[in-house]
Amino acid sequence: MKKFGLTAMMLAGALALGNASAATVIKIATLSPLSGGQSDLGTQIKNGAQLAVNEYKAQFAKLGFDLQLVGYDDQADPATGTASARKIAADKSILAVVGTLNSGVAIPSSAALQPSHVAMVSPANTANQVTDRGLSNMNRIVARDDAQGPAGANFIMSNLKAKKVYIINDKTAYGEGLAKEVEKALKAKNVQVVAYEGTEEKNDFSSIIAKIQLQKPDAVYFGGIYNQAGVFIKQLRDKGLDTPVIGGDGFDSAELATIAGAGANNIYFTTVAAPIDALPAAKIFAGNYQKAFKKPAQGFGAFGYDAGKVVVQGVLAAIKNNGNKLPTRVQVENAIRKGAFSGLLSGSVTFNSVGDRKAAKMYVMNVQGGKYKLATTVNVSAPRN
Amino acid sequence: MDLSTLAPFLVNVVVGGLVLGFVYAIIALGYTMVYGVLQLINFAHSEVFVTGAIVGYEVFRVLEPSPMNGYLKLIIALIAAMIVSGGLNVLIERLAYRPLRNAPKLVPLITAIGVSLILQDLLKIIEGLQGRFDLTYTLPQGFSNKFCATGSSCAAFGDTLRRIGVDLQVKDIILVVVALLSLAVLNYLVNHTRLGRAIRAVAQDRVTAGLMGIDSNRMISATFLIGGALGGVSGVLFGMKFGTVNAYSGFDPGIIAFTAAVLGGIGSIPGAVLGGLLLGVIQNLIGVTNVLGSITGIANLAAIDASYQRIGAFIVLVLILIFKPTGLLGKSNTEKV
Repeated sequence: MKKFGLTAMMLAGALALGNASAATVIKIATLSPLSGGQSDLGTQIKNGAQLAVNEYKAQFAKLGFDLQLVGYDDQADPATGTASARKIAADKSILAVVGTLNSGVAIPSSAALQPSHVAMVSPANTANQVTDRGLSNMNRIVARDDAQGPAGANFIMSNLKAKKVYIINDKTAYGEGLAKEVEKALKAKNVQVVAYEGTEEKNDFSSIIAKIQLQKPDAVYFGGIYNQAGVFIKQLRDKGLDTPVIGGDGFDSAELATIAGAGANNIYFTTVAAPIDALPAAKIFAGNYQKAFKKPAQGFGAFGYDAGKVVVQGVLAAIKNNGNKLPTRVQVENAIRKGAFSGLLSGSVTFNSVGDRKAAKMYVMNVQGGKYKLATTVNVSAPRN
Repeated sequence: MDLSTLAPFLVNVVVGGLVLGFVYAIIALGYTMVYGVLQLINFAHSEVFVTGAIVGYEVFRVLEPSPMNGYLKLIIALIAAMIVSGGLNVLIERLAYRPLRNAPKLVPLITAIGVSLILQDLLKIIEGLQGRFDLTYTLPQGFSNKFCATGSSCAAFGDTLRRIGVDLQVKDIILVVVALLSLAVLNYLVNHTRLGRAIRAVAQDRVTAGLMGIDSNRMISATFLIGGALGGVSGVLFGMKFGTVNAYSGFDPGIIAFTAAVLGGIGSIPGAVLGGLLLGVIQNLIGVTNVLGSITGIANLAAIDASYQRIGAFIVLVLILIFKPTGLLGKSNTEKV
């Protein structure tokens, strides 16, 4: 009987002790498409952020916090994303968000999170408007859309050493906007733009190719999507012209090489999504990712990891500033916007006043013989301080 | 830039437009034949022709490793495309148009658009099952070479061509030859055979032809078979010329070819050919207007770039229809009361 009492007392004591040391939960959320057509990319963002959280779990435990990751689904749909953002805002233990994949989702979701000061760090959004609104909680670690045109133009001037450039666009907001930026950047450096023209044509590029034959430009810039550009390149090469063709991330598809067929040579495009092997520190990350999720890591996984690290390091800094006590959401928001983050796959990160990464990178890919490889990386700076 | 570089450039643009025009012309024949007999605009013809292009792609793909002569591969591709497209066109007529033969004219027109949409997605599913969408033609060796390359047996001829600025590939020549051959066969079939006479009789007056012992349903099927086979030929030519094709590529060339048929006078076979050739040349000329503008220093011309190609073609169509409502070679059909 006495023995039983002792055990009971010990049990009770153990329970009490357990309660005393129960760590305060800090949650990091991811907001990305986990279902639907883009779920493959969205899951990579979540998995990448999960690896970052795992890495810092022990450090948080020492300070008495239990760091967890929760994945929210936006189905790549603005309405679903905003609804998820409201749920995130309602969960007080969530201090910051990694997300989203689509700019169209990031814009309303960050606005929904802004009143409750939940900081967001985007691993993928490139639309200028994402940060141009100057929200206090919205940051991104990838280059903006308006960096792409100048990056392409720079590559044409410094790497291809082109003196005469022929610019084509597909008459869409994307292609025409990009082509305009390129034209502006080239003209500023006195590179001759022999033609600037739009075409919605998808089959027959014979008149444009005749003009290229006549004017002999050193490079052709094509602001458009791979399916149109692929046909153009195929017909250009068919006519025996080997002029380099440069484009934006609309070229970023394996289909480009398929359509261009034997002509898939001398093609370059700028993109913000780095291939894993282009990131110097990514080897260990790729190994960890493979081990944890039984799938190879891709570009968005690496950026999810980097954004996750920015968020976690930001929360950690806020805890330290707050005398090792649980920080408020506002403190985390400030710590992320004003902090300096290191140990990332894509280098170190600091943000400007609106949340653009101060020194971001763009990657120039090269298609040669149907194979994609990294041609060069271009440093781009945020358009303001 | 002066005239000595400009003249060869223009010759090249016109010749390129003519080659392009032959593709449109053969597609336009498919529209015009069906219209001539049934007064129906077969909007599904654009998919019939894409089917031909896909069959051609499959034949070239399957035969790629074989050491067979390239021209033999082309003949097999053409025959296969003719059979499949012709058969498909007959099937479409039997299932979608014949039950509506006596319905108001708008009904079969809407049905034709419906058939066209169904076929697009069917083609997408069929290729999609094999994980393909954009099909890139693997042409036999030599087809993409320059016509009369330096050092070949026709070097002198080639030099002359180059001097006047013509830049052609072997496949362009093949394309024109195949198009002319199809035209010759069609002309013989329609104007010099019993079948052709029967088709023309049905086209002129279905009821009276029936009273003379002509089975009009069979003649209409035959028309669809011939039109479909021509669609198959044009599909393969299209694939050779442009290099890639997918289930939805029919729409653009379909509209242009239909315009060509109307331009030449819908229902008229020589009209379809003339319309196709004209549109090919006009499109190419409008596409290079801005270069001509910058050379001559006329600022207004310099503003007209390749994006005006299609609009220009339609403006020409509208102008011609204003002055000659039946099209260039069309006959007015007022005698049919």
